[in-house]
Amino acid sequence: MTLTEAPPTPAAEPAGPPVRKPSARRRLVPYWLLLPGILWLIVFFAVPLVYQASTSVQTGSLEQGFEVTWHFRTYWDALRDYYPQFVRSLLYAGSATVLCLVLGYPLAYLIAFKAGRWRNLVLVLVIAPFFTSFLIRTLAWKTILADGGAVVDLMNTLHVLDVTSWLGWTESNRVLATPMAVVCGLTYNFLPFMILPLYTSLERIDGRLHEAAGDLYATPATTFRKVTFPLSMPGVVSGTLLTFIPASGDYVNAELLGSTDTKMVGSVIQSQFLRVLDYPTAAALSFILMAIVLLTVTFYIRRSGTEDLV
Amino acid sequence: MTQQQTTGGDVRLTGISKTYGSFTAVHPLDLTVPQGSFFALLGASGCGKTTTLRIIAGLEEATTGTVSLGGKDITGLPAYKRPVNTVFQSYALFPHLDITENIAFGLRRRGVKSVRKQVGDMLELVQLGDFARRKPHQLSGGQQQRVAVARALINHPQVLLLDEPLGALDLKLRRRMQLELKRIQTEVGITFVHVTHDQEEAMTMADTVAVMNGGRVEQLGAPADLYENPKTTFVANFLGTSNLIEGEIAGCGTDIVVSAGGGKLRLPGDRCSAPAVTGGRVLLGIRPEKISLAHADAAGRIAEGRNRVTGRIVDSSFIGVSTQYVVESPAGRELQVYEQNIERDARLVPGAEVVLHWNPAHTFGLDASQSKLAGTMGDAGVETVEDVS
Repeated sequence: MTLTEAPPTPAAEPAGPPVRKPSARRRLVPYWLLLPGILWLIVFFAVPLVYQASTSVQTGSLEQGFEVTWHFRTYWDALRDYYPQFVRSLLYAGSATVLCLVLGYPLAYLIAFKAGRWRNLVLVLVIAPFFTSFLIRTLAWKTILADGGAVVDLMNTLHVLDVTSWLGWTESNRVLATPMAVVCGLTYNFLPFMILPLYTSLERIDGRLHEAAGDLYATPATTFRKVTFPLSMPGVVSGTLLTFIPASGDYVNAELLGSTDTKMVGSVIQSQFLRVLDYPTAAALSFILMAIVLLTVTFYIRRSGTEDLV
Repeated sequence: MTQQQTTGGDVRLTGISKTYGSFTAVHPLDLTVPQGSFFALLGASGCGKTTTLRIIAGLEEATTGTVSLGGKDITGLPAYKRPVNTVFQSYALFPHLDITENIAFGLRRRGVKSVRKQVGDMLELVQLGDFARRKPHQLSGGQQQRVAVARALINHPQVLLLDEPLGALDLKLRRRMQLELKRIQTEVGITFVHVTHDQEEAMTMADTVAVMNGGRVEQLGAPADLYENPKTTFVANFLGTSNLIEGEIAGCGTDIVVSAGGGKLRLPGDRCSAPAVTGGRVLLGIRPEKISLAHADAAGRIAEGRNRVTGRIVDSSFIGVSTQYVVESPAGRELQVYEQNIERDARLVPGAEVVLHWNPAHTFGLDASQSKLAGTMGDAGVETVEDVS
């Protein structure tokens, strides 16, 4: 450890160097530095979590007050009543994640290897949407995908709508208030969270590895398949997690761009809390979602086996 | 793609040059690397040696000129189609693959199905049999270096290119790897082109050394020939140490007589690369180990016909096998003398008046219009890492 703290004793005892025993105090310094973060976590994460857990096993009503009755049945009821929303959430979030990866990877690759002096500018452009509020951006998509708007017209003319409506993604004459609109909104909103980690891991790849692969008879395509992509796996994993986890709990996109048929579990939780005021069910739904996401993510990380990558 | 064959042929560079914008990294050069030879490109940082190597590898496109291999023009071939493999300076091992897969990489790309036997043999050759399943980051620098060599050699390239492969190793390991590489080269008989800034490395390993400076080949030849008969001051100083004494030609014959520092020195006419004209200026070169040192009092015992220079010892350092003296004299300000420690004269201490004498046949002559300091440490610098650009 470096000794950067200035001795607090100025001219009081000039004779002889201070032969204090600083070790005990100094050893505590890291913990003092951690304290604000730990406090923050306790107040804003641990306490609410415990509070929600207790809420989820309470019964009662707003008028008579709620009471802990260890009513675990709420979980079962919530799952039974809202499993379509759960499935839909995972499906939409999964689709958006895949779309983000497909759109984001080439872009991240381009920024990392081909952008040259434009690199920083393009990176700023990737982050630029964050300068506007999430809500406003999502509302803008409402206009973009509006009935009779340019996008819908074009899709109509090209008969894309016929295909998407046959697949059940859109209706035959509109995009707004369909699954496709929600997935598009999710994809758009979470794309930067995919691009940035991808870029970071691609940018870290030593260019000489590409040369070495080429030198060892790998065509550019094989080089990508055998060297670049495997080495970018940490970025792929963190990018998909950063997209999938928030997307599966999102409700803004489903609320603004979807309909009652495209409700995701986030919307349900939100309405249970704020409109129905059924706090136990809302809390239970939150915990179920948390559990599902945790399981999915754990399985995914295990499968992708990125612990090995440097 | 040819496979399992080492009967390649010569590497021939014709009019190869490389410019980056207004900067010329390599001036048009012609170079032939004979098949089966150990060829070294030697030079300081930024002399164009790495660029030349990368042009052969196909990693860099030459601005002009052609590269041919065994009579076949390969100038337009991308790296992955050339029967040439490279050992990179930083090894560039694939961090996500274990040692076996790193070594098998080239074979797999060419569709070889059963790689186990060949990889095993290769691991044996570089003595890394126990490390087959390790990842590169679990290996030491020297081991990584051997993996890099194995990964390239397993493809039986017609030419193996080595880009400062020992640059990152410490001195001791470096000496060992030099011998190892030399052993492997003799064993497999593949043409090696080795880029290095270390003149000792180049001289111990290579059959032929091309000394490069400022994007040009200064001189090309066998190590001993380069050392004994440097044609430029750069080569004279870059390969070992040379004492360069400036003088005026006083007479020409089979021996050239040069007056320098108030005396007359002789050198064989056929060892002078400068125009031998009476009255012309010439740089007289002599290696420090060729010079003998006698105390001024014992000057009478020096045999006739030897070149003599008087001076005063300003510094001496005892090395063990030899003692190195720095002598100040009218002929040169800091003449270097290496004396074998056989019979040490106790009078040879700093401040002592001495006579330097040597066999005129060991003297070489250089064109005096060049800088005397070209290729010295202060001029070229000591480098540890070659910057690729």
